Amino acid sequence: MPATTHASYDAVIIGAGMSGLAAGIRLAHFGLRVCVVERHSSIGGLNSFYRLDGRNFDVGLHALTNYRPSECRRGPLALLCRQLRIAREELALAPQIGSAIVFPDARLEFTNDFEHFRAEVHRHFPDQKERFEELVRHLADYGELGSPHTLCSARELVTAYIQDPLLVEMLFCPILFYGGPRPHDLDFGQFSVLFRSIFMEGLARPLGGVRPLLKTLVRKFKSAGGLLRVNAGVREIVCSGQRAVAVRLENEEVLPTRFVLSSAGLRETMELCRATPLPPAGEISFFESISILDVQPADLGLDKTVVFFNDSSRFVYAKPQELVDFRSGVVCVPNHFAYDEPMTSGCVRLTALANYDRWAQLSPEAYHEAKLQCYQRLLEAAARFVPDFRDHVVAHDLFTPTTIRRFTGHHNGAVYGSPEKRYDGRTHLENVYICGTDQGLVGIVGALWSGISMANRHVLQEHSRPGAAPFSVVADDRGPF
Amino acid sequence: MTSAEIQKAILDILASIAPDEDLSKLDPQKPFRDQMELDSMDFLDIVMELRKRYRVQIPEEDYPALASMNSSVEYLLPRMKDIPAA
Repeated sequence: MPATTHASYDAVIIGAGMSGLAAGIRLAHFGLRVCVVERHSSIGGLNSFYRLDGRNFDVGLHALTNYRPSECRRGPLALLCRQLRIAREELALAPQIGSAIVFPDARLEFTNDFEHFRAEVHRHFPDQKERFEELVRHLADYGELGSPHTLCSARELVTAYIQDPLLVEMLFCPILFYGGPRPHDLDFGQFSVLFRSIFMEGLARPLGGVRPLLKTLVRKFKSAGGLLRVNAGVREIVCSGQRAVAVRLENEEVLPTRFVLSSAGLRETMELCRATPLPPAGEISFFESISILDVQPADLGLDKTVVFFNDSSRFVYAKPQELVDFRSGVVCVPNHFAYDEPMTSGCVRLTALANYDRWAQLSPEAYHEAKLQCYQRLLEAAARFVPDFRDHVVAHDLFTPTTIRRFTGHHNGAVYGSPEKRYDGRTHLENVYICGTDQGLVGIVGALWSGISMANRHVLQEHSRPGAAPFSVVADDRGPF
Repeated sequence: MTSAEIQKAILDILASIAPDEDLSKLDPQKPFRDQMELDSMDFLDIVMELRKRYRVQIPEEDYPALASMNSSVEYLLPRMKDIPAA
């Protein structure tokens, strides 16, 4: 079915990131007239890619979580492949080699085999062994039976089990870096999902990074009859009473629609509806560098896939006062996944917490200067924890909170969106739903799942209602997690 | 459609939902869920695919009839007998 323009749509989806495209595939597949509108000329949102000086760069994606070998048909990754009609082989995922959480006096390594991590915790924190096991049992039971959206503090719950504050900080460091939308803490439901996704299932990456995945999604969407429009920013969600009736683009074009699924963010979506009061904007943002090396990182002894580092026994996850917080960070080496053939050039990505306001205030010249200075300082900071690769950098690219703001549209360049989540996807309007980061799921797998589940639950269910079989139980909220 | 054609239609749908599954060993008497990895969401996709491909509407209270291949064919035969095979 060719993609066509329509006078009106069953659904307009705001944002061609992972969640928007996944939602689009579901709806187009079942015959709905769907249009995905994307503000930028490129797709992907937070997870995008580009070419610079003849090299491919990839932002956003460090790794996919929830990895299981392709013969394993259980778990979130397998289910989302089935829902999107993508064969697991098409993702061509390679599992990680091995990662580490490094603090001054302790180091915990983890692989995609949870037993390895478990043994590391037992060895380094022998007096916490039983308590850690109790926490793991709690997380396992929780995944099977509990409500995913438990709003209680993960800090409170975890510290009720684990008494050694160092182990608590070491568990929170990777989890917050990979999905913490607010300072210091997160909802226990999110902690549980992230703990399972990272430690109990695992990390993987396709050789080509995020690029082939996005291309597969776009191909699926278009071949199902969906229309993708880039350079189509949304000015307003036009409302009538308690319902949205259309989406007005920045070029004043109006797209009448029955449903709106928005991955723009909760606050950002409500602004498009001209609604008040607005929920708070997030403040957690990152500075990130991508360094291309003239050697394979492993030749320098940089042999891990991801290293989460922190330079004291207490991990501070918050918006820093300065441009960048160099005390902690993430070192990711995309080379270190078990690909069939190795990546040609060495690559190291460094990520650290950053302050949006400080970056946004800089003049263009000062911004450029600050980027380079922060890059040097971040390289220094990382060299305390991983082998120094500075002499081997042949190219680099840098992005700041203002870059994230530009590509995601999130206030403050908030990587993980608003501190307030809408786990059921509902808004104040009866036919406008949130998908993506602010629906409360993070990571690539979480974002894809968010798009699928919101499309199923709110649109396919409603769509099939008049004179048709009502899908009143499309899925429970928890999905496969 | 005949029983055989309906059976083939269901197999085609299962293959599209779960391309990684080997469907050649499917026992028509046993529930699908005991033989392949199917989430409740996948199960609903079978219902939606039937609707999309053959315009068969299956009310929710009848979903249990689709548990196995034999029970599905038995349930669908009177409802699909006038539909030409794809």
